[in-house]
Amino acid sequence: MKNFANLVYSLDQTTKTNKKIELVVDFFKSACNSDKLWCIALFSGRRPKRLISTRYLREWACEVTNLPTWLVEDTYSVIGDLAETISLLTPEKNGYSEKSLTAWISELRQLEKQSLEKKRHFVVNAWSTLNRKERFVFNKLITGGFRLGVSQKLTVRALSKITKIDEFELSLRLMGNWHPDTISWNSLIINDERKSDISRPYPFCLASGLDKDTLELGKRSDWVAEWKWDGIRGQFIKRAKELFIWSRGEENLTERFPELEALLEFIPDGSVLDGEIVAWDGEQPLDFNILQKRIGRKKVSKSLIETAPVILIAYDLLELKGMDIRNQKLEARRSKLTELINPIPNNLPIKLSKEIECKTWADLAHIRETSRSQSAEGIMLKNRNSDYYSGRKRGDWWKWKLDPLTIDGVLIYAQAGHGRRANLYTDYTFAVWDGNQLVPFAKAYSGLKDEEFRRITSWVKKNTIQKFGPVRQVHPELVFEIAFEGIHESTRHKSGVALRFPRMLRWRHDKLSKDANKLKDLKAFLT
Amino acid sequence: MSVLEFRPQGIYCRQGDFFIDPWRPVERALITHGHSDHARYGSKKYLCTDIAAPVIRHRLGDVKIETISYEEEINLNGVKISFHPAGHVPGSAQILAEIKGERWVVSGDYKVEDDGLSTPFKPIKCHSFISECTFGLPAFNWLPQEEIFREINNWWLQCISEGITPILAAYGLGKAQRLISGIDSNIGSILTHGAIEKTNQIMRQQKITIPETTLVSSKLNLNDFKNAIVLAPPSALSSSWIKKFGKISVGYASGWMAIRGIKRRRAADKGFVISDHADWAGLNLSIKETEAEKIFVTHGYTDSFSKWLRFKGLDASIVNTEFATAEQDI
Repeated sequence: MKNFANLVYSLDQTTKTNKKIELVVDFFKSACNSDKLWCIALFSGRRPKRLISTRYLREWACEVTNLPTWLVEDTYSVIGDLAETISLLTPEKNGYSEKSLTAWISELRQLEKQSLEKKRHFVVNAWSTLNRKERFVFNKLITGGFRLGVSQKLTVRALSKITKIDEFELSLRLMGNWHPDTISWNSLIINDERKSDISRPYPFCLASGLDKDTLELGKRSDWVAEWKWDGIRGQFIKRAKELFIWSRGEENLTERFPELEALLEFIPDGSVLDGEIVAWDGEQPLDFNILQKRIGRKKVSKSLIETAPVILIAYDLLELKGMDIRNQKLEARRSKLTELINPIPNNLPIKLSKEIECKTWADLAHIRETSRSQSAEGIMLKNRNSDYYSGRKRGDWWKWKLDPLTIDGVLIYAQAGHGRRANLYTDYTFAVWDGNQLVPFAKAYSGLKDEEFRRITSWVKKNTIQKFGPVRQVHPELVFEIAFEGIHESTRHKSGVALRFPRMLRWRHDKLSKDANKLKDLKAFLT
Repeated sequence: MSVLEFRPQGIYCRQGDFFIDPWRPVERALITHGHSDHARYGSKKYLCTDIAAPVIRHRLGDVKIETISYEEEINLNGVKISFHPAGHVPGSAQILAEIKGERWVVSGDYKVEDDGLSTPFKPIKCHSFISECTFGLPAFNWLPQEEIFREINNWWLQCISEGITPILAAYGLGKAQRLISGIDSNIGSILTHGAIEKTNQIMRQQKITIPETTLVSSKLNLNDFKNAIVLAPPSALSSSWIKKFGKISVGYASGWMAIRGIKRRRAADKGFVISDHADWAGLNLSIKETEAEKIFVTHGYTDSFSKWLRFKGLDASIVNTEFATAEQDI
């Protein structure tokens, strides 16, 4: 545990990628195989099974520290991370433990069938044995979620340095369904025994936001332009007559979209398609809001499938007849994809993401303006000659998104942030005018610079009308331009609308609160 | 009996007709210390400790400042006034106001640990105590400063071995001088940003011992200072001034560095948890030692901290002030 806790601490102590790689390499060199494996697993979000509810962790932290529950909760809400909060609250006991990361994890696992009292004893004892850095890691093992600024790419680069295995190959080995409970370091990394795992997806090829003029991309005809669909990116795998659907976050979604099973009959064995899962009304995609009802539900009811049916809009083919074709050119992959989809009857839930045909970049720019009426977020541009890369490689795949919708709102409530923003008021509620009433319509907490948050924080402190717990109602004076991606009617909000991904575009110093938009301006976006 | 009351301009003593650290211009202002949220421009007359005066004079310019020594007692309209060490920065004071035996103390900003530079904090017995609580949550527990200085020294040495320049960001009045005095100047030279060096000079003139530092002026040849550490105020890190040092590693010295998230927001390479404010234990101990019957908490985590004091059986309430925290810019 010591070396892993030191790694976690040291990773926090640098912002430089090369330094981080060096730290992970050093850890790999010193750690045993099972610790190495757990390290990769934890960094990629594969955590040990959760055996102890955080409710008990809080309870025990109160007992150990002799603090009232509400104070532990207040502190947690400032720090923003329970594992960190408890590691800061529990006293330093100068204990010592040589146990490895794997040993701690397996001892935690052995608690599964034990009584609550045994669990409590183990946890409280661990808190007094481990130092602060180790306590943080230990708590994280229980609560899950190591966010350390270590990307999969970074882990792969470090792994490649010690194993001398190619990064492209390693990122494939780390994909999909594996867990340190059921596979060893050698089987996973060195011998690639999951080669025969029929569920294994490929690393997704990622696009970057277009940050230059399209003219700089060269000839229009060198690029495939498609709508950027607003759904869930997914990989559709058929191998050995079985279906697997993976999200971009490597979540197995197969059971969430049972209607896609109908495709099994029509897609040849040994095929892997990349595409977007969208809710579909028979003609075009439905609002993301409707798809959202299907996300996060493991069991899907019949009626939900009827109100929010999904289809796969396929845009790439990564495997054909069991052959990895990612190193073929996009042009070739797309034509094979077209051949594969064409014979499938129209009433089945799959469509080809069609190329947008037009001659010039200027024409394409015009077409892009109509994205919203296509239920798209903008346009994707992909170089016809591009491979299907692992991860993000700038230059060949671009997202050319529409500018967001915007509205000017008045700041009416402010709340302190937590974690990164514990000492600043960063969570705001905005309102628009309905007659001479201000009606709240959105909450936003991103988009401004630190310096602006600091200025607003000091303004909020001086302009508070009243406090409701952590929330401060402020004088309605400051106006902000709020950007958002979509809007739909909602009975849950006073304003009657809900916005998608609202954020602050800029602080309108030039506007007084009376100049902010009206509710009817906002509702005009609904049509 | 109320010795002090809370007015829109600041903390006020009616009988003595003076304000303590007012945030609007007033006739007579008693100032706890020179940080900009406590010593503001525009009042007619100022009173502060003799040790705090030079910096305040420098910051406020041509204003009328009278001085007083620690523990010295004066009388303003029948109010007994004395200033007592707050340990926050050199010359910082708690202010005691007493009418007919009723004693009220305004803490200003304070810390309990002796930093070796400021006159150490001493709790004052009183009936009412107006306390800051910048770090009034139990997650904030400082280590002894020697341990933090050791961490900084190790980072400095590490930077030298990697051929990069360590930039230590710290508040320019107090924190910077504390760090300069605490780190190991045998490792290399200590370079300073103008904003910090100015305060160094003022303090040296008043015979406060601060180790040798070198101002980073445009003429300075940085090649002559290969193993140096650079001290700069946080605001300088986003300016072009920082570019002249080539490859750098940035460390922040602040109590806020106790929170992982804040350190990440600042994109700091290193966070050193060291503060000129009292930590959780320090606040609780100080309040206990004042034996005050009534506690008013001002800036910081006032909601949680006052609730905690009430939970402990004390009569505590919140007073809204316009004090920022001296470390807010971190």
